[in-house]
Amino acid sequence: MNIIVCIKQVPETTEVRINPETNTLIREGVKSIINPFDMYAIEESVRLKEKFGGKITVITMGPPQAESALREAISLGIDEAILVCDRAFAGSDTWATSYTLAGAIKKIGGFDLIICGKQASDGDTAQVGPGISAHLDIPQVTYVKKIEEVKDGLMRVERMMEEGFEIIETPLPALLTVVKEINEPRLPSLKGMMRAKTAKITVWTQKELGLDPQGIGLCGSPTQVVKIFTPAQRKGGQILTGEPQEVAGALAELLKSELS
Amino acid sequence: MDYLLTDEQKMVRELARKIAVEKINPVAAKYDQSEEYPWEVIKVIAEAGLFGLFIPEAYGGMSVNVLSLCLATEELSRACGGIAVCYAASALGTFPIVLFGNEEQKKKYLPDLASGKKVAAFAITEPEAGSDASAIKTTAKKEGDHYILNGLKHFITNGGDAETYVVVAMTDKTKGARGASAFIVEKGTPGFTFGKKEDKFGIRASSTRELIFTDCKIPKENLLSKEGMGFIITMKTFDMSRPGVAAQALGIAQGALDLAVKYAKERQQFGKSISSFQGIQWMIADMATEVEAARALVYSTARMVDNGITGVSKESAMAKLFASDTAMKVSLDALQIFGGYGYMRDYPVEKYVRDAKITQIYEGTNQIQRNIIALQVIKEAAR
Repeated sequence: MNIIVCIKQVPETTEVRINPETNTLIREGVKSIINPFDMYAIEESVRLKEKFGGKITVITMGPPQAESALREAISLGIDEAILVCDRAFAGSDTWATSYTLAGAIKKIGGFDLIICGKQASDGDTAQVGPGISAHLDIPQVTYVKKIEEVKDGLMRVERMMEEGFEIIETPLPALLTVVKEINEPRLPSLKGMMRAKTAKITVWTQKELGLDPQGIGLCGSPTQVVKIFTPAQRKGGQILTGEPQEVAGALAELLKSELS
Repeated sequence: MDYLLTDEQKMVRELARKIAVEKINPVAAKYDQSEEYPWEVIKVIAEAGLFGLFIPEAYGGMSVNVLSLCLATEELSRACGGIAVCYAASALGTFPIVLFGNEEQKKKYLPDLASGKKVAAFAITEPEAGSDASAIKTTAKKEGDHYILNGLKHFITNGGDAETYVVVAMTDKTKGARGASAFIVEKGTPGFTFGKKEDKFGIRASSTRELIFTDCKIPKENLLSKEGMGFIITMKTFDMSRPGVAAQALGIAQGALDLAVKYAKERQQFGKSISSFQGIQWMIADMATEVEAARALVYSTARMVDNGITGVSKESAMAKLFASDTAMKVSLDALQIFGGYGYMRDYPVEKYVRDAKITQIYEGTNQIQRNIIALQVIKEAAR
């Protein structure tokens, strides 16, 4: 089974700081990591390879420093890594990103499965995975929490829903996005880390991919960010203490004054 | 401080630190309390490939590098000295096979030990043979194609949980120390059973048991090297493993220091954090300096071993002595910085005191280490 895993390098923080003048993320002084949800995608691909054999290729679109995310993926058991990197791709929204990644995946070819994390921890859109499947015109199953069976070109998976789960069968090749419930990612191995250090990372630019110039980068991105801001911190609640009757009375008064 | 490590050594340190932070810290208190063998963590260490650090590549390892082994042991010990010793004791049980095993023995035993599928243990100590190892009473009598083992080993780390044991027994009592031999004994061999599991003060995640041999029949192929080599094998093994015990102590010291510094910054008294008081600052300064001094001694000794320098008994003993005394002192000082909270089991620091104590005792008490050092220093002066 040949698998392609799409990953993204993100800042390691839950409190993303934004430059108020340029409306862009402040990346200085923040360590970059593999998007946590993509770690589950990597782990699942390695488990499938251990079971069925084949080759795993990891792909990311990003600046040259995203290479470190690819090397980390190799240390976890991925075979090959491709960095899609070109100034022409800068400013891509989820549509242009998925178009570009789909172009690169077509160039890799010969895959049975694409796995993505359910969303990136910085943008939180959950759109790039589904976008890739649309551009490639292959089936997609999002929020997968378990791969039940792979047989005769079909894959049966459990899809996590708000309440309960769905069991979906899809023909391959297909694209899955996975949730954290699917597995517990392993740590790298020493041999993997050594391989990662010297592994060759293939870099593809627009020249290699030859994509429609109207579909890539800022030009191919219909999304317009109107405003970006850090939401105000939620203020702590108020705790009423005392005898139940007093507290109930005080609560009723407070609610009344809030509503008026 | 920069320790001038190779890229590979830096990777080992990074990986072991990751295991310590992500996989050991959350469970250290649990295993300290339950005294169960930490198989879940051993599995993680095995999958990471760290058991390969003391086994040559030809047998599935990463090549033998004592400094790498020390770095791994140090980082694991920083989170839990008990879990780390399960790992380090496997190295101790493996070294005799690496150093003295023949091709068949290496091929048979090392690959499973390198992958961490099995762990090893080394057994010399007996109830009446501690520091005086020559007093061992366990016997191995040759009968045809076999040796018959009889006797009792005790305080054996990994005892009962290890699959592969290197056991030192007397093949010729009349020859004294020269009558001892070392054998590989597999768990499950008829006549080989385990006694009680010890209830310990510290390193409680590790298992310590008695090994009981009652007419235990092992094939003669399991003899390591030749008859009479038992003590030479033991000494050479300790030369390799002692920096590892020193590294365990170093990790415990560093872990206790980490906790103390973090707590001193957080703890508020008299309206400010206690780290702003000179009394605490000077304690921290001394602790940090002693830890670095211990580290310098441990790494230098490990580098000597890795560079094939023989006769490192003195340096090995110094590293073990100094690092373990440092672990004891620094962990006690860390507890003092925690004040009353440090005395409570709800806080992690008291465990470091308990874990530190054993490093002054096992693999040769610190009094025996001083004997080794003094003997060597006086001998050198006589030249």
